[in-house]
Amino acid sequence: MTRVLSLRRLRAMLVKETIQMRRDRVTFAMMLGIPLLLLILFGFAINTDPKHLPAALVAPTQDRYTRAIVTALEMTGYYHFTYPNVSAAEAERLIADGTVSFVVTIPSDFGRRVARGDHPQILIEADATDPAVASGAVSTLGTVASQALLREAGAEAQAAQAAASQLQVIVHKRYNPEGITQYNIVPGLLGVILQMTMVMMTSMALTRETERGTMENLLAMPVSPLEIMLGKVLPYLAVGAVQMAVILGAAKVLFHVPFVGAMWLLLLGVLLFVLALVLLGYTISTMARNQMQAMQLAFFFFLPSILLSGFMFPFRGMPGWAQWVGEMLPLTHFLRLVRAVMLKGADLATVRPEVGALLAFILVFSLLALSRFRRTLD
Amino acid sequence: MSAAPATPVPATPVPAPPGSGGRPAIDVKGLVKRYGERTVVDNVSMQVETGEIAGFLGPNGSGKTTTIRVMCGLLTPDAGEGQVLGHDLRRDARRIKREVGYMTQRFSFYEDLSIAENLAFVAGLYDLRPVKKYVSDTLADLGLTSRQHQLAGSLSGGWKQRLALAACIMHNPRLLLLDEPTAGVDPKARREFWDEIHRLAAGGMTVLVSTHYMDEAERCHRINYISYGKLVARGTVAEVVAGAGLTTYVVEGGVGADLIALDDRLRAAPGVEQVAPFGAVLHVVGRDAAALKASVTRIAAEAGARATPAETSLEDAFIHFMHGAKDNMA
Repeated sequence: MTRVLSLRRLRAMLVKETIQMRRDRVTFAMMLGIPLLLLILFGFAINTDPKHLPAALVAPTQDRYTRAIVTALEMTGYYHFTYPNVSAAEAERLIADGTVSFVVTIPSDFGRRVARGDHPQILIEADATDPAVASGAVSTLGTVASQALLREAGAEAQAAQAAASQLQVIVHKRYNPEGITQYNIVPGLLGVILQMTMVMMTSMALTRETERGTMENLLAMPVSPLEIMLGKVLPYLAVGAVQMAVILGAAKVLFHVPFVGAMWLLLLGVLLFVLALVLLGYTISTMARNQMQAMQLAFFFFLPSILLSGFMFPFRGMPGWAQWVGEMLPLTHFLRLVRAVMLKGADLATVRPEVGALLAFILVFSLLALSRFRRTLD
Repeated sequence: MSAAPATPVPATPVPAPPGSGGRPAIDVKGLVKRYGERTVVDNVSMQVETGEIAGFLGPNGSGKTTTIRVMCGLLTPDAGEGQVLGHDLRRDARRIKREVGYMTQRFSFYEDLSIAENLAFVAGLYDLRPVKKYVSDTLADLGLTSRQHQLAGSLSGGWKQRLALAACIMHNPRLLLLDEPTAGVDPKARREFWDEIHRLAAGGMTVLVSTHYMDEAERCHRINYISYGKLVARGTVAEVVAGAGLTTYVVEGGVGADLIALDDRLRAAPGVEQVAPFGAVLHVVGRDAAALKASVTRIAAEAGARATPAETSLEDAFIHFMHGAKDNMA
């Protein structure tokens, strides 16, 4: 009996642990769910070299050279001209609100200059807030365009060859000309950190009461579900405000991330986002039976948020279904908002869809939480 | 408890002792509560008169806690209806919560809050104003003013219980529901607790208290005995004991091994339902008085022991009810 390792005792421990593991359904589901989730997300959804990126074409004279260039660009697989004929002003709006990743401008004298062999130019503006998105598309540009011109020219081969060799592709990396990754990551981290802490903390809100046995007393007293919910989530707005101040301060001081937008708009975005998060956490706490389960559920939500929101990998690079899932995550919308405001100086009208989405999350989560809340101990 | 309750006791005339008619504080009929296949509360009907201290007794798992929870709106019954303080059990749960004080079986205030903070929280939820006055009055009544900043979690069992009771009566409820309030509390604290309950009842508060302790049952005006979800007996202690229709003998004489042998023989004898050793004597209980008398006198004579008739205790009656109910279940 004094041996350090007795197989009988070990067996008793193993049996007990296995039973407990099996009884905890959520943990068991997580053991299967998390590997599957990660495999599917990493395997199918994530693409670090995104293709078919939406682009707008500004070409007042849509001649055959224009078409040749457009076709050539689409053939690379990187560009997808969702707006094939827009004005310069429209194009500016499209790239500002993130509808397109590129604006290709072919000047009206392009055809004439090709014919004359007189330094034809095209301008490609890329949304470089996420440097990864633009890099692949931009790197292939020069040769593709020249070859396209050559092919198209055919008969006028000589002039065209000269023109092609003189073709200037001017690339403007907008919003983040140096392609500094921190500019993209640091504002994004604001969202990720808030998501991680807010949801985790509030997901314990009710489970803690249940576990400690104080829930019974709370329910026996005249307090309404709405009062309980608001009382539990509102204090975390203050926590979120502190976190935001720390991260934005660090962004400015340590990483020199530019901040070109309106502060009030950013604050509004953070407020809505944090509200959505604490309500999401509270919703989780109405479902979880203990704090361990709450943690796991919060983590289960955190994983896709970080992978599918466009924080780590380009949103446009994901297949349709993954983008659709991404749209269901508050972080996706917050990232768009915070990047648009901080890096692009977007105004309220530009980020209205994201503000609307965050408001919708707040509404849905509060209704869900209130309907899930058990007024009784049934 | 040594001090008067925190809240002013209503000035209504002290209600006549239980059974005086008038509208009962609790009047429920046919309550049923199921958890899946299991029927935890099975067709329980119960009346508690205003101003009485009603004991609620029964073995572990008999449905006492569930019944109390249904009465204070924490659980919705699967069947049955009733009124608590004149409010409908199903429709007016919120109003019931306002007027009822419910002390849970397990200490359910915040252990990481101080005594004063817990009281202030409760006062806030019941909308008692000014909160400060209610808290300081309650602290003074409890004699905890000097320890008000101590965390509730650091209190001993007896003090936790006093704190919980004080918090439950701070809003001056008309009905107090106590779920095994004295579990794990020492006899002196228990005595003081019951003195306090009687003081509250004298002030017009109706009290329903569940307990396992026979001495506590005997301090109630009336008792209700529940077993396996069914209410099997109700009335005053004397009524319940009489209603069980038991006869009891005390057998003394044998010591040690003799007592055990005697116990075995008595158990096997006709007419004997219960045999329980109390020190050097045996309590022998049975329903069939004639058969019991015959068996006891015969076996006592054979063993050289002395058998004398004794009063049937409440505990004997309850053990009898428990066996009866179990037989019904089988």
